[in-house]
Amino acid sequence: MEIRRRKDQIEISELDPFLAELLRQIPGSANPEGAPAAEQRLFSLPTNRKETEICAEWKTYVEPELRSLFQTATQTVAIDLEQLNGNEKSLANRTLRIPAKHADAWLSALNQARLVIAAKNNFTENELNDHFRSPIGSRRDLSLFQVNFYGFLQEFILRELED
Amino acid sequence: MSCGPRRDGGCLAQIKETKGIAQVSNEKTGSITTAEPTIEKETRSEEELDLPWQVVVHNDPVNLMSYVTMVFQRVFGYPRERAERHMLEVHHKGRSILWSGMREPAELYVQQLHGYLLLATLEKAC
Repeated sequence: MEIRRRKDQIEISELDPFLAELLRQIPGSANPEGAPAAEQRLFSLPTNRKETEICAEWKTYVEPELRSLFQTATQTVAIDLEQLNGNEKSLANRTLRIPAKHADAWLSALNQARLVIAAKNNFTENELNDHFRSPIGSRRDLSLFQVNFYGFLQEFILRELED
Repeated sequence: MSCGPRRDGGCLAQIKETKGIAQVSNEKTGSITTAEPTIEKETRSEEELDLPWQVVVHNDPVNLMSYVTMVFQRVFGYPRERAERHMLEVHHKGRSILWSGMREPAELYVQQLHGYLLLATLEKAC
């Protein structure tokens, strides 16, 4: 896999089918439905539970806005990922081009996905910091790899935003 | 504005306030006596009574350090060095106070931080 900036796009080329599939899973992985821990992480309380008025107002007014913000980001990413659709049976490497103006949406969607996966798997800090863990021997290992792969993409996009 | 209790000096007495000192005039005698200064309870606006609020960001092992730094720069307009200092404080001490002040802007900051998926809370300053 190669990732580079080309004019107004971030180009991820030589994507093998496995990594392409992980990318396709970003919008789905970012969905916290059915996982209370993930839901709580994405929509955490703004203050301690004693401040009931603030918490109630937050639930009523702010949370729907946040939900909409997160969904808009994952929808943008889902549209970009349509480039990877088709020829599912082909093992040829693929290229994904992300418009630079979608960088924030990608950062958000990748972050949502990482947080949801980490919450669902209840990963420890040690696990998350163990970047040399290999090989992938279980579903949990695969999820951890997914979190790290998405983190790597985030790092690259952040570097591009700084330049 | 609500005030504290006054001594009104009977039904014929009128109270005038002059810079917090009550003057009591008695129509029968024509005398004017200056009463003890009244202690008034000023009702301050809710905003004046409001304690400062703090915007606190808590450690989260998932969010990348570079991402957290970028968010602090964007939300608070902090220069990179200051943003990094706060990020490292979050990382090493578990939390960092990013901003303190009135409740309304503090809430807006927390909302923005949640929009970036950071663990942020609003706390009353001690």
